[in-house]
Amino acid sequence: MSAHLDTSHPTPVIEAESVVVRFSGDSGDGMQLTGIQFSDTTALLGNDLSTFPDYPSEIRAPGGTIAGVSGFQVNFGSREVFTPGDAYDVLVAMNAAALKVELPRLKPGGILIANTAGFDRRSLELAQYPDGVNPLEDGSLDGFTLHKIDISKLTKEALTDSGLSAKEVERSKNMFVLGLLFWLFDKSTEPSIQFLREKFAKHPELAEANVRVIQSGWNYGENAEIFPSRYRVRPATLPAGTYRSITGNQAIAIGLITAAERSGLPLFLGSYPITPATDILQELSRYKANGVKTFQAEDEIAGICAAIGAAYAGSLAATTTSGPGMALKTEAAGLATMLELPLVIVNVQRGGPSTGLPTKTEQADLLMAMYGRHGEAPLPVLAAASPSDCFSMAYEACRLAVEHMTPVVLLSDGYIANGAEPWRIPSEESLQPIRFEFLHQPNGPDGELRPYHRDERGVRPWIKPGTKGLEHRIGGLEKQSETGNVSYEALNHEIMVRQRAEKVERIAQNIPPATLDSGADKAHVLVLGWGSTYGSIKTAVRELLSEGCDVAHVHLRYLNPFPANLGALLAGYEQILVPEMNTGQLLQLIRAKYLVPAVGFSKIQGQPFTTGELKNRILEMLNS
Amino acid sequence: MQVALDEREVKLSPKDFVSGQEVKWCPGCGDYSILKQVQTIFPDLGIPKENFVFISGIGCSSRFTYYMDTYGMHSIHGRAVAIASGVKMANPELSVWVISGDGDSLSIGGNHFIHALRKNFDLNYLMFNNRIYSLTKGQYSPTSERGKVTKTTPFGSIEEPFNPLSLALGANAAFVARTLDRDPKHMQGVLRRAHEFKGAAFVEVLQNCPIFNDGAFFAFSDKNTKNEEAIFLQHGQPLVFGNNAEKGILLDGLTPRVVRLGEDGISASNLWIHDEQDKTKAFLLAHLDEIAAEGEHMPEPFGIIYARERLPYEELMEQQMRAIEARSGRIPLAKILAGNRTWTI
Ligand SMILES: Cc1ncc(C[n+]2csc(CCOP(=O)(O)OP(=O)(O)O)c2C)c(N)n1
Ligand code: SF4
Ligand SMILES: [Mg+2]
Repeated sequence: MSAHLDTSHPTPVIEAESVVVRFSGDSGDGMQLTGIQFSDTTALLGNDLSTFPDYPSEIRAPGGTIAGVSGFQVNFGSREVFTPGDAYDVLVAMNAAALKVELPRLKPGGILIANTAGFDRRSLELAQYPDGVNPLEDGSLDGFTLHKIDISKLTKEALTDSGLSAKEVERSKNMFVLGLLFWLFDKSTEPSIQFLREKFAKHPELAEANVRVIQSGWNYGENAEIFPSRYRVRPATLPAGTYRSITGNQAIAIGLITAAERSGLPLFLGSYPITPATDILQELSRYKANGVKTFQAEDEIAGICAAIGAAYAGSLAATTTSGPGMALKTEAAGLATMLELPLVIVNVQRGGPSTGLPTKTEQADLLMAMYGRHGEAPLPVLAAASPSDCFSMAYEACRLAVEHMTPVVLLSDGYIANGAEPWRIPSEESLQPIRFEFLHQPNGPDGELRPYHRDERGVRPWIKPGTKGLEHRIGGLEKQSETGNVSYEALNHEIMVRQRAEKVERIAQNIPPATLDSGADKAHVLVLGWGSTYGSIKTAVRELLSEGCDVAHVHLRYLNPFPANLGALLAGYEQILVPEMNTGQLLQLIRAKYLVPAVGFSKIQGQPFTTGELKNRILEMLNS
Repeated sequence: MQVALDEREVKLSPKDFVSGQEVKWCPGCGDYSILKQVQTIFPDLGIPKENFVFISGIGCSSRFTYYMDTYGMHSIHGRAVAIASGVKMANPELSVWVISGDGDSLSIGGNHFIHALRKNFDLNYLMFNNRIYSLTKGQYSPTSERGKVTKTTPFGSIEEPFNPLSLALGANAAFVARTLDRDPKHMQGVLRRAHEFKGAAFVEVLQNCPIFNDGAFFAFSDKNTKNEEAIFLQHGQPLVFGNNAEKGILLDGLTPRVVRLGEDGISASNLWIHDEQDKTKAFLLAHLDEIAAEGEHMPEPFGIIYARERLPYEELMEQQMRAIEARSGRIPLAKILAGNRTWTI
């Protein structure tokens, strides 16, 4: 965060290329809302950005404690931004615990805005500072640009005779932060004011109170003269188009609806709430007017089973969950594989095993997606690389499920599920059509029905109950090739196992080839990634390339089958590094399939890779 | 000519519902009778053949699906009704029949069982209760009686069994009935009622497994005991049973008592009159023998224990969707993609 000074304004404005702001406070302090509002406005005003909500799994951990700290991070820039950033330029700490947790990542000299009301004796004690120590007073923060502001008191003053209760007043203090930050970054308060007026349409007095607090935050920056300068991040030069801000979970929901609208199939979602996948069910429940049927089942098993029933009856069916729910769905996923019905299974991964780290991210369910069913039960596996990529991959999952009559697993994770970025809204025409037809006539040579007759891609027909003359039975028992009748015949089983596998393998001909994200097709080191590590890898590799390093980046969105050209592509590199938020799952698949000496790089801390970590590891490899 | 052809097509016979698959139940298995009764009543239910769908779980009972020449899915253990609910939500036009066993429904599928009844999808749920796990060759089930000796309870079961009627009522089922494999006429009547009922119709069919639990229900079909041990309920009719219909049941507060008609001035009008819509009495019926006065033995009830329609789930779902669509209209895809706020570069 540095560039030239503009002194025309009362407070000089410094131009910056990109800035990382971290809002941090107690779970009840409203930092998520503040962060989202700040980011939305930033995006609206043309910056590229990436956000990272980082909150505890407890709804309300005991107030003021370290466990209760809830953070929201945004990196916005006048150039392309792919990650929320490694370290903060600006930290807002609403209390002592937030400071304690976040300080290690504040850049030297960075701006620290501390709410002094959150640093009373009790708060310091809860944050486990030694007795008598107050970091705001003891000079330990001299290396930062510290602004001590009694935000609670200033909010109270802004709301004298507002008629609001003391509790409501206290809860508005996040809006003061928002106003102040808008001032600091020379941004309009209008979009947020409009948002508040819409949100509190039924309680105009609340809306106006919040607006007043935003304005007083802004005015405080303008008048208090404690900030020597303001910062301006010019709009980024992004490809022309209409943009919106989108989280991964929203993008999956919209991707599913779009596939339904484009295919003309009714959308059915069977799901059971679980962090961090619940938003998808919630989001889709809002589209009843479009014929979207959402079903909150009694458990994850019923969720996928209802979806299987809906797929059988001719719907575009999906089920959404996270790791523990994925485990419950495995038997039914095997049934769907056996029945050869289209079904989209979304797993928004979180830290595991068991309940693990419900609100933290991880990529540890890849092998489960690949192999987590009994018997030989291969199915296509896709993974989204960023919040907006969740749209494309959800759409793709639907397309492949329907076109190939198979369940498809789509992997996302907590990091991109909750993180947001600007998304250039695609035109409807730019989306690949989804091709399918229901069978209406017997398809056998003698005019009889062959429910498991395969076309040239190995795909069986989709036959809806209610279709006259095509009554037939399907089931989980092994079936005779072609007729679908129950068969225990030895050779038939082998034929069917191979046919089901081959059908999935052939999907490689219906997906795009793997392409380079950055770098050249021959290099010293290839960084091969999948899923949400995209942003960090892309940033790291781009920086290294600009420093003259011989490195390239390929990011996989199709994990089963792999793109047909992947083996040839990998052959262009001397070394392959596979960074993953697990102990090396893609690594195993790549090494097993292509017999290349790829090397893994793991981080299993519930936190995404930082660009710095990746750069260091890649440099090590380049220098070896 | 065309019309005549169509009419002929609509006239179905039981044979039209017999699939080509060889039926593989053991000789004498009660499942044969259930299949027969279903195939017997289906032709004149007024439903086009292609609109029938059978969804079954796993068990001897669940093989049923393969033998019906309708649409059908033989699924996985315990999950039939969860799948059936999806079929019904996706296409409410279909006549959906769930086939399941006592283990399939009340053990592994217990959660789906109670929730499907509570949510009240318009489907027919036939649970073949043989009080044993048959397909796995004879382990005790959640309906096996205490003390039952099976392969996994060589010293007798120590468990209290489920009472399926009561469990269904407790789950807020809208229709609860019981019938018997060895009483074809009665079964046909109950199945018709289940079919006509709009909502989840739960039918417990007591089914003999001659291999692993033979004779479990013979008392209710053997002509020497049937009239004493079974009572066949009729809506609006007094509870009468006995070889010469000489006995009745009356309610003394909440306690049922067996009385003799014509003795102590008791006539049919003093008896408990069956009311299908009375939930409290339905619970009493489900527990008849259990709650009888000390020393008194009660017959087991058969027929429609409880039936009270309320709107089925999928219909409420469609209604809500239509209402929202009427109010706010379909959201154009472009609007869905754009969300609330956009900006243009
Ligand atoms: C997940 C799973 N667990 C266990 C089994 C084995 N199994 C098959 S049928 C059955 C019990 C069947 O009993 P019931 O539902 O009463 O049906 P019946 O055979 O008596 O008709 C069991 C335990 C299975 N198929 N799947
Ligand atoms: S084992 Fe029992 S329930 Fe199963 S088919 Fe044989 S007789 Fe019928
Ligand atoms: Mg049984």
